[in-house]
Amino acid sequence: MKVAYWPGCVSRGFTPELHGSMAKVAPLLDIELVELNRANCCGAGVIAEHSQELADTLNARTFALAQKEIEQGADLMMNICSTCQGAQGECQERLDASAEYRAEVNKHLTPEGLEYAKGLVNKNFLWVLVEELGLDELAKRVKRPLTDLKVGPFYGCYIVRPTDRLGIDDENPRDTYLEQVIETLGGTVVDYSGAQKCCGFPISLMQKETSMRMAGQNLGEAKDQGADCLVTPCPLCHLNLDMQQPVVSKTIGRDLQMPVLHLPQMVGLALGMDPKELGLGKHVVKPTSVIDWTTSVVGSVGALSAA
Amino acid sequence: MSTIENTDATEAKPEGLQEFTLRLRRYDPESGQAPYFEEFQIELEPHRSVLDGILQAKAKEDGSIGVRCSCRAAICGSCGTRINDKPGLACHTHLDEALKRSKDGKITIEPLGNMPVIKDLIVDMDAVHWKKQARVTPWLLPKEPLPEREHIVPRESMVDVTQSMACIQCGACVSDCLSMEIDPLFVGPAALAKAYRFVGDPRDSRHAERLSNLAEDPHGIYACTHCFKCIEACPKGVAPMSQIMRLRRIASQDHHINDRNNGERHEMAIVNSVKKYGTLNEAKMVPDSYGGPLAPAAAKELVASLPVITKALLRRKVTPKTALFHHKNPDQAQIKRIYQEVQGREQRLELNLYITQPDEDPAELAAHEAHVAEAAAHDAAEQAERAATNQTEAGA
Ligand code: SF4
Ligand code: SF4
Ligand code: FES
Repeated sequence: MKVAYWPGCVSRGFTPELHGSMAKVAPLLDIELVELNRANCCGAGVIAEHSQELADTLNARTFALAQKEIEQGADLMMNICSTCQGAQGECQERLDASAEYRAEVNKHLTPEGLEYAKGLVNKNFLWVLVEELGLDELAKRVKRPLTDLKVGPFYGCYIVRPTDRLGIDDENPRDTYLEQVIETLGGTVVDYSGAQKCCGFPISLMQKETSMRMAGQNLGEAKDQGADCLVTPCPLCHLNLDMQQPVVSKTIGRDLQMPVLHLPQMVGLALGMDPKELGLGKHVVKPTSVIDWTTSVVGSVGALSAA
Repeated sequence: MSTIENTDATEAKPEGLQEFTLRLRRYDPESGQAPYFEEFQIELEPHRSVLDGILQAKAKEDGSIGVRCSCRAAICGSCGTRINDKPGLACHTHLDEALKRSKDGKITIEPLGNMPVIKDLIVDMDAVHWKKQARVTPWLLPKEPLPEREHIVPRESMVDVTQSMACIQCGACVSDCLSMEIDPLFVGPAALAKAYRFVGDPRDSRHAERLSNLAEDPHGIYACTHCFKCIEACPKGVAPMSQIMRLRRIASQDHHINDRNNGERHEMAIVNSVKKYGTLNEAKMVPDSYGGPLAPAAAKELVASLPVITKALLRRKVTPKTALFHHKNPDQAQIKRIYQEVQGREQRLELNLYITQPDEDPAELAAHEAHVAEAAAHDAAEQAERAATNQTEAGA
């Protein structure tokens, strides 16, 4: 499978280990990444708050660049960030809804010969895993099942709400995919109340205390339910849950020590990659020092791939 | 479809009825007992509402079940509850749909969240919801002197506020608001949607005061964490979060309110970063949001986050290079031009899908018409049935 790949800003800024691990995991899944390095920030919802037309135009530009790759043989556009998925999806909903509005927005793109045509398929890596690759296919590639690893899913608001815009329904229960992937990789899902709540990042610079408490509540709940780590498809959640975790711990008065994995990192681990190679040493809460990988992740090479 | 053959062995049920298990959260604060769950078996047609189910349990099994309702038709807003963990109207949720969403074959019904329980499913709306409504001065403050006759306003401007006017004050959005869960003082989704109803109303004369009041309040428009819970919860399509984003837009862009919560500066920091680099420059987010690298507040925040930054540097997560020299998009000139074109417009170009329906797709349109016809037939049947039961009740 070949995808027009939008890595996002944060995965190349403060969470380089996300972009890095995605690039390393992709070949093992036979996903060819064609990077959209001329595309632009999705605006993270904030540019839409500032000016709807500006956000819609910037994203239409990204979509048009993706469509050029699709014309050249890519199957779809892929992102690795819940916030990109949601923010781009919101703009796409408006662009797809009205030919008149789309034409107005496209006017800004014509000088460079770009044009967005209705109906782009843009999926987060999580959706690609389940809907394009398929869980059976994923299971076949598992080399080191995450046996005994208790993982709490953390989706990020933008990829679970609103359900109609995100196409979450009986046919595509996208709000259960993280759990399905964890299980497919041999891990144990930890059921806790925070899985679809907010990490607090959007208000981290406006209402810092509320933001830190939000993150703290979710991390604390996961710890109470016995999670070894969380996994998230959203780098912005990762910033609040991992990078800020020392501040979070201080704010709520509880030493959390809860590692947070990026989705491609978790997949990479199960596919047999080395934790360091996946950038796990780059986290603020080092999963390498908190989780005993020799007991949590049983290194039974080929256990599932033989099945 | 033929229903002549009925091979069901336990076939005592009248046609079309189905059994459902309701798991109700019971709580009477005055009893001194902790809350508990109690199960009730009810029997109704699957398309009937969860509220009908609760009322049947109340009528047949336990008259002490506390539930609030009136119109039974999604108009009055009194039956807000949480059904299988999702807030909504009990009278507007079909039993079969609720069952589909349940994890264990039982329909769990709880009172709304973020508000104290008075009894069972009845929450204290006065203590939270109505107090917050009152907080936003929910009435029109027109220019004086009043016109002799009616106000004449452009049609579009009133159409614009219809979305926030659709609110029926059910409290479903308040129930699951994630900012309010952590910060109970947050003004909240329903009240802020109401605030937009007046900020968007051209007859109101206090837009600036309303906005600066809500922008400066640490629990106001900039305390919303953009979680979409309220959009998902609202049975009337009010999309409170979208109204909050419009309040922010008007506060920062039209009224240039430079609030003490960093709201406006944070917005501009992101907007300007993309204009300059095409991507976000996180390293500049903190100083810019706190008023530029030289502002005292920025220095304070930077010192406070130093341990975090040092750790990130130590782990080679953030290299001094990524922190200081942000990568620039090769097509930056294009992006700048787009900014200039959009920002040069006299009037903002916006598309609100609540007001403008999506373009009609012929196939979808046909499907929609069939669906409408089916629903109408269904409603007519239901009405006839209701009339019949009313008659029997009246006769009894
Ligand atoms: S989007 Fe804002 S107002 Fe709506 S539920 Fe979330 S925090 Fe509350
Ligand atoms: S905005 Fe929607 S959910 Fe909130 S009170 Fe009004 S009708 Fe109910
Ligand atoms: S009873 Fe009136 S809205 Fe449900």
